[in-house]
Amino acid sequence: MNIYSVAYKNLLRKKTRSALTVGGIALSAWVLVTLLGFNRGYEESLNRDIDNMGFQVLLTAKGCPYEAATLMLKGGTGLRYIKEEMVKTVTANPEVEKVTPMLMQGVFDPNKGENGAVAAYLGVDALTFPQMKRYLEFKQGGWFTDNNAREAVLGYEAAELEEREIGDKLLIPGINAEVRVAGVLKRSGTQDDGTIFLPIGAVQTLFSRKGQLTALGIQVIKGADVDAFENRLYDLPDVQVVSLAQVKTTIMGLISSAKVVVLALALIAVIIAMAGVINTILMSVLERYGEIGIIKSMGAMPRDVFKMIWTETALLCSVGGVTGILLSVATAKLSEAAIRRFLPYTPHGALVVLDGKIAGFAFLMILSAGLLSGLYPAWRASRVRPLEAIRAESD
Amino acid sequence: MAGVISAQGLKKVYRRGHEEVWAVNGVDLEVRAGEMLAITGPSGSGKSTLLNILGCLDNPTEGLLHVNGKEIFGDKKEMTETALTRIRRQWFGYIFQKFHLVPTLTVLENVELPLIFFKNRAARKTPGQLLKQLGLEHRVRHLPSELSGGEMQRVAIARALVNEPKILLADEPTGNLDTRRSGEIRNIMRSLADEGIAVVMVTHNMDMAKSADRVVEIRDGKIV
Repeated sequence: MNIYSVAYKNLLRKKTRSALTVGGIALSAWVLVTLLGFNRGYEESLNRDIDNMGFQVLLTAKGCPYEAATLMLKGGTGLRYIKEEMVKTVTANPEVEKVTPMLMQGVFDPNKGENGAVAAYLGVDALTFPQMKRYLEFKQGGWFTDNNAREAVLGYEAAELEEREIGDKLLIPGINAEVRVAGVLKRSGTQDDGTIFLPIGAVQTLFSRKGQLTALGIQVIKGADVDAFENRLYDLPDVQVVSLAQVKTTIMGLISSAKVVVLALALIAVIIAMAGVINTILMSVLERYGEIGIIKSMGAMPRDVFKMIWTETALLCSVGGVTGILLSVATAKLSEAAIRRFLPYTPHGALVVLDGKIAGFAFLMILSAGLLSGLYPAWRASRVRPLEAIRAESD
Repeated sequence: MAGVISAQGLKKVYRRGHEEVWAVNGVDLEVRAGEMLAITGPSGSGKSTLLNILGCLDNPTEGLLHVNGKEIFGDKKEMTETALTRIRRQWFGYIFQKFHLVPTLTVLENVELPLIFFKNRAARKTPGQLLKQLGLEHRVRHLPSELSGGEMQRVAIARALVNEPKILLADEPTGNLDTRRSGEIRNIMRSLADEGIAVVMVTHNMDMAKSADRVVEIRDGKIV
């Protein structure tokens, strides 16, 4: 027998109370781990989403929406165009590695959804676009044969929605043109999953937009002075420059503020649990006042009693902490689904990412906070005077 | 035989409002090794207070107390709780009227409990041997709630003896027991004294007192 088994048996004395306290600690550990995992997952996914765009700078005509979601919100209208010659102008800059032209078009499809919706088509260059989006892999088929082919490549979700496979025909409503599905992409976890890609030349012809583009994706040479390059782009007439590095910095800045709020919430959860620990251990000490006096009369030093009570606290917190961590691992997917439901924007990929570091950090935090809350009850117990305690017990 | 406990002019005063109550009022007492001493007297006479001072569980207001020749209370400044704990665990074993066993521990674990905090390396008997000697070998895995009063007091005696103290203090050890169980406990105490342990007990039980080598009666805090 040792002090740990005595502490363990003391906790079993009031099983319900101990279980409730462990439950409270587990809940706070669950909140802490899930929030830390969310913090990490959200940041990683957002980073990946931005990196997966394949280019660092996007050039569009002033006031032009540059992503499908915005275009749909505007009902497929509001597009502005830049001239195709811009590709040459931009490519002439020494910082540029590659430039890929894009032409976004949206048409109202009355058969889409219950009341119809805007269908967006992204015209891309058959040569440069795949080079920039190297992470895109095909489930079926491949890219277009040339820039004027009447072909389409469907993102994973777009193919599911349109119920199309390779070789199927796809009707573009409004202009009554048909294209053949040349490829279906595997799920990439990016906005490309919902996109219908067409060869840029075909989009220009079909939508009568010869020589016009909606955006240029620019990949910069590694180590190049991106700021200086962007400043030069700002001097071009009627264009807007979207720096993805800036977007990333802005969103990360917002996330930093959110991080503070999230950690504050986690801290509150831990503090509430610790109040429960103080209450439980203090109650237990007061109930065993006489018994602690007897133990001291048997030769236990104040430090022995302190250690015994502190061990009880450590046991409670360890069991609660481990339970909470396991619970957070088990419910990570559920938590992710809930977060996606409530947040207006969530990046693709795992939103709650848990690993040993997070689990270890949370466990140490719970244990430290628990031991801190056990200090006062343990100190009270160590100060019990044997005679007073025995008298109180005998009365 | 030499006195293991020596007390001179012990006094203990309590304050009740403005009133001073002398629970112990000038007690001189010597207890020798192997002696069984019974302290008797009416309720409130100061017996238990005296026993607690002799057992270093309480400080006297005045007076000298030596344990095995070492000054515990006297001219020196008051001992700290830690220093008193060292004295207690080295010299004393305690038995209480209400047994005070830890309800969540088995009989064997209750007897082993003091060894977690202090292990007398010179002790010759293990907790198991002590329990066997006290006729409790068949109860070692039982919880206190499964024992009779006499058995519980025998477990408390085993616990008090596990570190082989030189002095055993018992406050009404048979107060909660019937005549037969009281007789058992009396015989155990007697045999412990015969083995050389100084046994000091507070009792109202006249049979218990009769089995002692010496009886001192306390009235109003004084030996009469």
